[in-house]
Amino acid sequence: MVKQTAAARPKLSKPKVSHFETIQGRRQALNVINWVLLAAGSILMLSPLWWMLVTSVKTMQEVMTYPPTFWPESWNWSNYMKTWEAAPFDLYTVNTLTITILVVIGNVFVNSFIAYGFAKVPFKGRNALFAIVLSTMMIPGFVTLIPQYVLFAKLQWLNTYYPLVIPAFFGSAFNIFLLRQFYMTIPDELIEAAKMEGASHFWIWWKIGLPLTKPALATVAIFSFNGAWNDFLGPLLYVNDENLYTLQLGLQVFKGQMSTQWNYLMAGSLLVLLPVIILFFFFQKYFIQGINLQSGGK
Amino acid sequence: MVKIELKNISKTYDKDVTAVKDFNLEIEDGDFIVLVGPSGCGKSTMLRMIAGLEEITDGEFVMDGRLMNDVPPKNRDIAMVFQNYALYPHMTVYDNMAFALKMRKFKKEEIKKRVTEAAKILGLEDYLKRKPRALSGGQRQRVALGRAIVRDAKLFLMDEPLSNLDAKLRFQMRAEISKLHNRLKTTTVYVTHDQTEAMTMATRIVIMKDGVIQQVGAPKDVYDYPENTFVGGFIGSPAMNFFSGEVRDGEFITADGIRLPLPETKAQAMKAAGYGEGPVTMGIRPEHVTLEPPAAAGQSLAAVDSEVIVSELTGAETLLYSKLGSQELIARIDSGLDLRTGETVRLAYDMELAHFFDARSGDRLKLGEEAAISV
Repeated sequence: MVKQTAAARPKLSKPKVSHFETIQGRRQALNVINWVLLAAGSILMLSPLWWMLVTSVKTMQEVMTYPPTFWPESWNWSNYMKTWEAAPFDLYTVNTLTITILVVIGNVFVNSFIAYGFAKVPFKGRNALFAIVLSTMMIPGFVTLIPQYVLFAKLQWLNTYYPLVIPAFFGSAFNIFLLRQFYMTIPDELIEAAKMEGASHFWIWWKIGLPLTKPALATVAIFSFNGAWNDFLGPLLYVNDENLYTLQLGLQVFKGQMSTQWNYLMAGSLLVLLPVIILFFFFQKYFIQGINLQSGGK
Repeated sequence: MVKIELKNISKTYDKDVTAVKDFNLEIEDGDFIVLVGPSGCGKSTMLRMIAGLEEITDGEFVMDGRLMNDVPPKNRDIAMVFQNYALYPHMTVYDNMAFALKMRKFKKEEIKKRVTEAAKILGLEDYLKRKPRALSGGQRQRVALGRAIVRDAKLFLMDEPLSNLDAKLRFQMRAEISKLHNRLKTTTVYVTHDQTEAMTMATRIVIMKDGVIQQVGAPKDVYDYPENTFVGGFIGSPAMNFFSGEVRDGEFITADGIRLPLPETKAQAMKAAGYGEGPVTMGIRPEHVTLEPPAAAGQSLAAVDSEVIVSELTGAETLLYSKLGSQELIARIDSGLDLRTGETVRLAYDMELAHFFDARSGDRLKLGEEAAISV
């Protein structure tokens, strides 16, 4: 009996469709396409880095061969030692770190202080002043290059680190803007509560402003570190004494007038790049946040 | 001991928007003053002026004989509890409560003693190491109170501190704040738009409207003798019923011609006050309109047949929506009866307890019954 009824029931036949017509199948196909595209993009982006790496371990002879090789005949890791010994790179590292750390400190604290003022301290002409600060972002840096050089020359700051470090203690429009946006998200009541509890604006900034804007400060710190570490033009313009050279200037020893020692230059560049890459891996989140802040998103 | 005088205080924004107008009030030590009124009435602005967060446009704020107008908030020795608690999110409960003391350079042991003591009063001992985000709304509110308590300030200001809590918690915290005030006796100025909070917590209520004080008085006085129709309508829930009409021959006659006889004494007092004849507004609280019972001694009831529009059972009582002629009314009656829409009931108005206001200005007619109260 049971069997009969089972047989009598009309069979529910699945419609025949190919795997890619099902929702699941489509999703899989899309995934595959995404991965392929992303992989292709990554390879494209990483290829210069790869090129640097293989060049850095080649002999000068192999560097010059045509057609170029993408896989070196021999991996000469000793190039790195030779590179480091070719110039006083230890000294340059210390120099660069000194400048970079000072610039980061200046940028983080001074810009944060100014941004707090623009966001949380009402005063007459605040908006106008802020607009003026922002307008400095519209002036291309190269326009002010010569007047700035003349100014620093008159201050007798040439061949010192002052022109590279001191400006960081006078605020930068971009960082002020970025931090101000962040401060705006802190409720005024918090500031008012602290005021009533006996804190001055300075203390409110120090005890409440700074800790609450940590993510934005990290972004500022990373951008400043990057900028100062990679700065080539600044040291080139203002520093002549070889003892004051930074890493970026030091790399120039491999670039002669007649020929360039590409393998050593690439080895040096990779070494100099290393801290930035490491920084990026650890603080990726804040890099992206920084870009978000720039675009006004949150 | 603190004595606060607010003299002719005004606040004007951009020269033409007036938020507070000619505010006068003396606050005695231990007072719990509640500023109450609809939103935009200037109560919060007034509080912020006392705090020093807003400038006083005109007038004087004197505390213990010292003019405070230009004293910065940090030097005023006033603690404030904000609507959103304004706890520092990156600090623990302990640090939140200790902040003001640290700013004032108290010794570590003293800070610890005071914070622990406040935490004990507020039942926060187990939460001192937590950050505010790990606390419930009620606990955050307690921390905000604790922050004020540890300072031992001369004056507490509270700006709608309960409005972010759910109904049950609000009820509970209301009682706790009252208890706290009874214990600490710190002079407090409390702002709310909730008349129930005002009635239950205040030693004196200040009712404001459009930046102007409408009435100042103890909760019971304000409830029993509202100065004008605004106060009558604002204080009390459900609101007082108002009927427009006129007085003639010892009777109140509604706009629809319904006659409600006045008690002899009241009729005479009105005559004496110059309102023996002419238009007035009558106000009567919902609890003074009842289903007609036999009049007790000394009561003067006027009964009228009315149709039930809606009857709402709230639990212990029933709110009866009806009409007197064409004018709507609410009566608060015992919930024993099952009243249906469309049914006719006979409603009695306790005319002895009815209020009368000038028909045009809305001001209370001075009939001499307020003589007993002291403002």
